[in-house]
Amino acid sequence: MSAVLFFIAAIGALAGAIGVVTLRNPFYSVLALVCHLVALAALFLLLRAEFVAAAQVVVYAGAVMVLYVFVVAYVGGGEEYQAGAALRVLGPLFALALAVELCIAMLGSALSGIGGKGAPYVRGFGTPREIGRLFLTSYLFPFELASLLLLVAAIGAVVLARRRRGLDDPELESRLLHTPRPVFTGTMAEAAGLPRIVPELIEAVRAGAELERTDAGS
Amino acid sequence: MPIGWYLTVSVLIFCIGAGGVLTRRNPLVILLCLELMLNAANLALVAFARMHGGEAGQVFALIVMVVAACEVTVGLGLIVAIYRRNLPIDVDELHELNG
Repeated sequence: MSAVLFFIAAIGALAGAIGVVTLRNPFYSVLALVCHLVALAALFLLLRAEFVAAAQVVVYAGAVMVLYVFVVAYVGGGEEYQAGAALRVLGPLFALALAVELCIAMLGSALSGIGGKGAPYVRGFGTPREIGRLFLTSYLFPFELASLLLLVAAIGAVVLARRRRGLDDPELESRLLHTPRPVFTGTMAEAAGLPRIVPELIEAVRAGAELERTDAGS
Repeated sequence: MPIGWYLTVSVLIFCIGAGGVLTRRNPLVILLCLELMLNAANLALVAFARMHGGEAGQVFALIVMVVAACEVTVGLGLIVAIYRRNLPIDVDELHELNG
C-alpha cells in the first residue's frame, strides 16, 4: 500500500517539477508547482513528517503560491524570452550530468540505512508536539533567527516594491512640496508641546501663501 | 519504501530545478525553479530524519521553508520593482551588475 502511494506521489511530484520547467506560461508554471508541492506533502506524510507536511500545504501551497499568483497576474505573462542557443543545449546536459553524478554518489554511499526502511517508528515521531518541543529547547536560536529573517524580508519587500515616482500630478506635487509652512511644524519640538511657533511668523507665512496663490491664479 | 527511493526522487527534482534555472529567462520562473531545488533538499532532509529516527532533520526542513518564503518575498518585490520601471522582465537584459 505504501509503495503504491509512494509511486503515485513521486510521479505527481516529478510531473509537477517538469511542468514548472517546460510550460511557457508562468501562470501554468505556478499551478504546476502547486501540484508538485501537494504531491511532496504526501511524500512527507509517508516519511512520518506530519507537521512538515501540514506546514508545506498551508504555508507553501497556500500562502506563498497566492503571492506568486498575485504577482503573475500583476506583471502579466508577457512575451517569453528565449535563452541563448548554447544555454538551451548546455542547461539540460548539465542537469543530466548532475543527476548521474548524484545517483552514482548515492549508489556508492557507505550509509547503511539507505537501503532500509528507516529507524523503527516511535509513537509521537514528527508530531507538532515533538517539533514544538525541539524548537523551544534545542533549536531555540535558529527559531528566533528565522523570525528575525522573516521580519527583515517583509520590510525589504515593502522597501523594494514601494512607488518611488511620487504623485501622478506633477503640479500638485510641487505645490505640496513648496508650500511655505510655519517653522517647527511637523517636528519633534512641536510634538513635545514646546510653544515655539511665533505668531508673527505664522502671519508672515500665511501672507506669503496668499501671495503665491494669487500669483498662481493670475 | 527504502529511503534510497525518496533520495532518488529528491535528486531528480533537484536536477530538474537546476536545469530550469539554467534554461529559463523569466525571473518569475527562475524563482519557481529555485523553489523546486529547495524542496528537493527538504525531501532529502526529511528522508534522512526518517532514516535516523530523529526530528532534527524535520526542524531543519521547516527552517528551509522559512528561508524559501523570505527569498520569494524579496524576489517578487524585485520583480514588481522591475515591472514598475518598465524594464523588460528578462534576466539577460538586466545585466548591469555584471561588473
